[in-house]
Amino acid sequence: MGVKIKSMKQEDFKDNEYIESLIKKLKENGTNAVVGMFDDLINWGRSNSLWPFTFGTSCCAIEFMSLGAARYDMARFGFEVARNSPRQADFIMLQGTIVHRMASPMRRLYEQLAEPKYVIAVGGCAISGGPFRNSYCVVKGVDQILPVDVYIPGCPPRPEAMFYGMMQLQRKIKVERFFGGVNRKERIRDFLAQHPEEEFEKR
Amino acid sequence: MFDFGIVTRWFDQLLCGIMPGWLATTIEGVIIAVALILVYAVLALFYILYERKLCAWFQCRLGPMRVGRWGWMQVFADMFKILIKELIKLRNTDKFLFELAPYLVILASMLSFAVLPWGRGLQIIDFNIGVFFMIAVSGLGVIGILLAGWASDSKYTLVGALRGGAQMISCELSVAMSIMTMVVLAGTMSISGIVYAQEDAWFIFKGHVPAIIAFIIYLIAATAETNRGPFDLPEAEHELTAGYHTEYSGIHFGFFYLAEYLNLFIVSGIAALMFLGGWMPLHIPGCDGFNMVMDWIPSVIWFLGKAFFISFIIIWFKWSFPRVRIDQLLAMEWKYLMPIGLFNIALMTVVVVYGWHF
Amino acid sequence: MANIQEKISALCPEATFEEGETLLVTVPDAKWHALAKAMKEDADLSFDYLVGITGVDWKESMGCIYYFTSTKYGTHVSVKVSTTDREKPMLHSVSDLWKVALIHEREVYDFYGIIFINHPDLRRYFLRNDWKGFPLRKDYDASDKANPIRLEAEKNEDDTVSYIEDAEGKIQKKRKLVFKPEEYVINIGPQHPSTHGVMRMRTALEGETITHIDMVTGYIHRGIEKLCEGLGYPQSLLFTDRMDYMSAHQNRHCLCLCIEKALGLEVPKRAQVIRVMMDELMRLSSHLLSYGCLTMDLGATTAFFYGFREREIILNIFEKTCGARMSLNYDTIGGVMADIDVDFANDVKALCKLMPERLKEYHKLFTGNVIANNRLRGVGVLSREDAINLSVTGPSGRGSGWACDVRKTAPYSIYNEIDFDEITETEGDSFARYMVRMREMEQCVKILEQLADNIPEGDYCAKVPKIIKLPVGHWFQQVEASRGAFGVYIESTGEKTPYRMHFNSPCLNLLGAVDPCTRGEKIADLIAINASLDYVVPDVDR
Repeated sequence: MGVKIKSMKQEDFKDNEYIESLIKKLKENGTNAVVGMFDDLINWGRSNSLWPFTFGTSCCAIEFMSLGAARYDMARFGFEVARNSPRQADFIMLQGTIVHRMASPMRRLYEQLAEPKYVIAVGGCAISGGPFRNSYCVVKGVDQILPVDVYIPGCPPRPEAMFYGMMQLQRKIKVERFFGGVNRKERIRDFLAQHPEEEFEKR
Repeated sequence: MFDFGIVTRWFDQLLCGIMPGWLATTIEGVIIAVALILVYAVLALFYILYERKLCAWFQCRLGPMRVGRWGWMQVFADMFKILIKELIKLRNTDKFLFELAPYLVILASMLSFAVLPWGRGLQIIDFNIGVFFMIAVSGLGVIGILLAGWASDSKYTLVGALRGGAQMISCELSVAMSIMTMVVLAGTMSISGIVYAQEDAWFIFKGHVPAIIAFIIYLIAATAETNRGPFDLPEAEHELTAGYHTEYSGIHFGFFYLAEYLNLFIVSGIAALMFLGGWMPLHIPGCDGFNMVMDWIPSVIWFLGKAFFISFIIIWFKWSFPRVRIDQLLAMEWKYLMPIGLFNIALMTVVVVYGWHF
Repeated sequence: MANIQEKISALCPEATFEEGETLLVTVPDAKWHALAKAMKEDADLSFDYLVGITGVDWKESMGCIYYFTSTKYGTHVSVKVSTTDREKPMLHSVSDLWKVALIHEREVYDFYGIIFINHPDLRRYFLRNDWKGFPLRKDYDASDKANPIRLEAEKNEDDTVSYIEDAEGKIQKKRKLVFKPEEYVINIGPQHPSTHGVMRMRTALEGETITHIDMVTGYIHRGIEKLCEGLGYPQSLLFTDRMDYMSAHQNRHCLCLCIEKALGLEVPKRAQVIRVMMDELMRLSSHLLSYGCLTMDLGATTAFFYGFREREIILNIFEKTCGARMSLNYDTIGGVMADIDVDFANDVKALCKLMPERLKEYHKLFTGNVIANNRLRGVGVLSREDAINLSVTGPSGRGSGWACDVRKTAPYSIYNEIDFDEITETEGDSFARYMVRMREMEQCVKILEQLADNIPEGDYCAKVPKIIKLPVGHWFQQVEASRGAFGVYIESTGEKTPYRMHFNSPCLNLLGAVDPCTRGEKIADLIAINASLDYVVPDVDR
């Protein structure tokens, strides 16, 4: 049981229990053959065409640039078109520390992303605050304000580590369902409800 | 060389034989429309891959590799994804115009797409002012861009759209001017007429100096008209994030994206038609053996090959050159390209009148 | 030094003096502005370059330490001005004399709440407008209760606050609008591809022409200086790599030098050579990145990939010795963390051999391009006087013809034994700044070539006590980082942790140059100017 992506073998991933439990949950009630086929097609498209939203605050952003540059070349896997407008991107790679002043623009950027949207927290700072955890104005982990799909630890993570994380995201997308029970959307809604914006001004 | 006219005439006669004329025309229209949309989509997808692979090559990269062999399925994945992406509805915008804009852009490019001569006898409509029609409909795209920028209610899009408006309208002048230069040489505005006029020699050889000047002006102005680098000011990524389509998501953005690539094909196709003989094979006077070999290559391949070659040049300088500034672009257009273009028409007229061409 | 002392005491009899590594002049606030004016304008002193302002909270009093350098004589002096009022501390602003003080005083206001009289724009600089308290004060309550994460959008502050002293000495609070109501304001950032990080420029436009820019920073302010006060000296080293991550080695070198100076520690020759080589490699990689970013911002994407291609070679060298591609954590107090890799010298030599031809390729691809020339030449001109007044150091300052290379003006480590040229250009436009970087790369290669064969044998690290305690006092050290003069100020009370550690980052000063450079230019030029100034936002915000 596993999810196949072309870039990396199932055995090469560590700790596959999470993905396996997701698959189990999906298969619990069985799947309609036609709907399942469409789901597979859509998930194939989505997982192979993830356009990152260029969002970097510090060091990790430079590693992200290396990721796009000739040696690592993320275009090979379909992450080619880095969009600068959140409306057109699929996932946001949070590279770097998020501080108090950035928290609300960050949340707004996330809400501007079009569904389906995913978040990858890159680097120690985005995951937990990293070396700046004790600071007076650093958000201690971006999961306090956004629902995060994949965490990539490191300070900054090597480009290979970023690839690993991005492929984990691909696998996660492959076990989603578009038709029928969409569990993802509810999860985001729950998250946003638990972390309300006090008087978030709507334009 | 195979004439596609035989097939189409046979099909037309077949339909007319079994049904009344109006029905046959309707059915033919529908079939052509479907074929047009299909070819349009396939070509756009091909172009996206073509550009990605090319720019990867310029940049010492590999480009898409993992989705399908050599990444050829990459564009299909992109298409599936973008089709089911959420369409974000904006508050405080003119919803009708906001939704209309991408369709206008794609309509304009589709209309000018329709007049291209694909091969011998393979042309949707061939009327005596074909070139005029082509220039007219390609100008429609600017309305879509202006609308998109204005209806999005965002400052970035507005600046992008105004830039786009100024740029496209002024560069269209030069495009039209250089096309007119070639019309003078051909002596006809009919597209098939222009192609047949190049039977003995392509216009770029036939019209020598003025034709080459016109070709260069056309390449510059057409790149500017399609908003591609180094003239991609309306969507200047590093200034305006995504320019006039900043607020568009999902397939609406996809339409802009497709139209951008297709416009690249269209301007390359027009260049192929006006300067490189359309679907006419390359003939060297005197080398009969060579000419025969060239004749065996189907006309569609000739046309596409020439168009891809010109696209290659345009893509090449897109990725190598920095972006110009809007005032520099307009100065270039109005101070250099336009006067040179005007002078060039006069020069071509003289050449034609005195019969100085080959 | 005695000469300066005499001169200043003649100008201001109330001043007291304290000898140290630089002369420290303590001036009462009432006399400060007059003295400052004299110090700047007096022909024998001419302290025209304000290196930095460090706010310090001495518990019983609060105030600032100013560091000045004279570009004419190369002399240094520091001035201490303080106030005992903690409720509403007020000092006089010197922003009318040195424009760079506009930013530095705002920073001090943000951290300590010290109000600068006559400063035209005293708003929060790094922290949210609705932030409670002043974080670098010693009695600041750092708990989350006072300042929780706020997700509601921050209100734009459309009017500046200033405290103006009138002729009778009465201080009045005045407000002034930043933008006129009829101005068309475009908000660039905080997330924007060409701000090189998260920063916000509220740009007032007239058509496509920029009338002025209001810079809003602090979107990556991590409070490093406060964090340092809670950590021991070896621990605080790690932050230097994460400020300007493109000059990680130089920044860390600077902090190490400052601590070593305070300890009186002798660094082995081998370590010094390795440090300098690493600095130059870092400078090379940083300039390659800035070449890449500049070209990409201008739209020439291919050039970006070429710059990154060579950068990867340098990162390989780093990785072999330091074990990381970025955030290298290599320099340490007394030397370096580990000995160099066996291949190090050979790799560097190979790089030195490769670079000249690659540089030629860059020039071929971009420098000679007519569009690039049109976009960069004559755009964003910064005169030499403005550059000094705004303290724009590094390649950007040298592009304006100001020979401000710390490696030459105040050589540290082994730089006075190395043969290299200081690159300056006179035009002061974006193209000059770009060319300084390109030519500096050649100098980096020249330095590396000299050193690659001459790494002396010996220890790579001196014997350092387990627990490092600095003696009572304060020290200031500058090095030439990739983007300009990077300074570290340490004040110690003899504890394991610094009492105050201030990083005087070059990028903060570069930011001050954006508004003067861009006035009257097009919006596309803003991108070119930003790219040619080449600031790194995490270094601005710290």
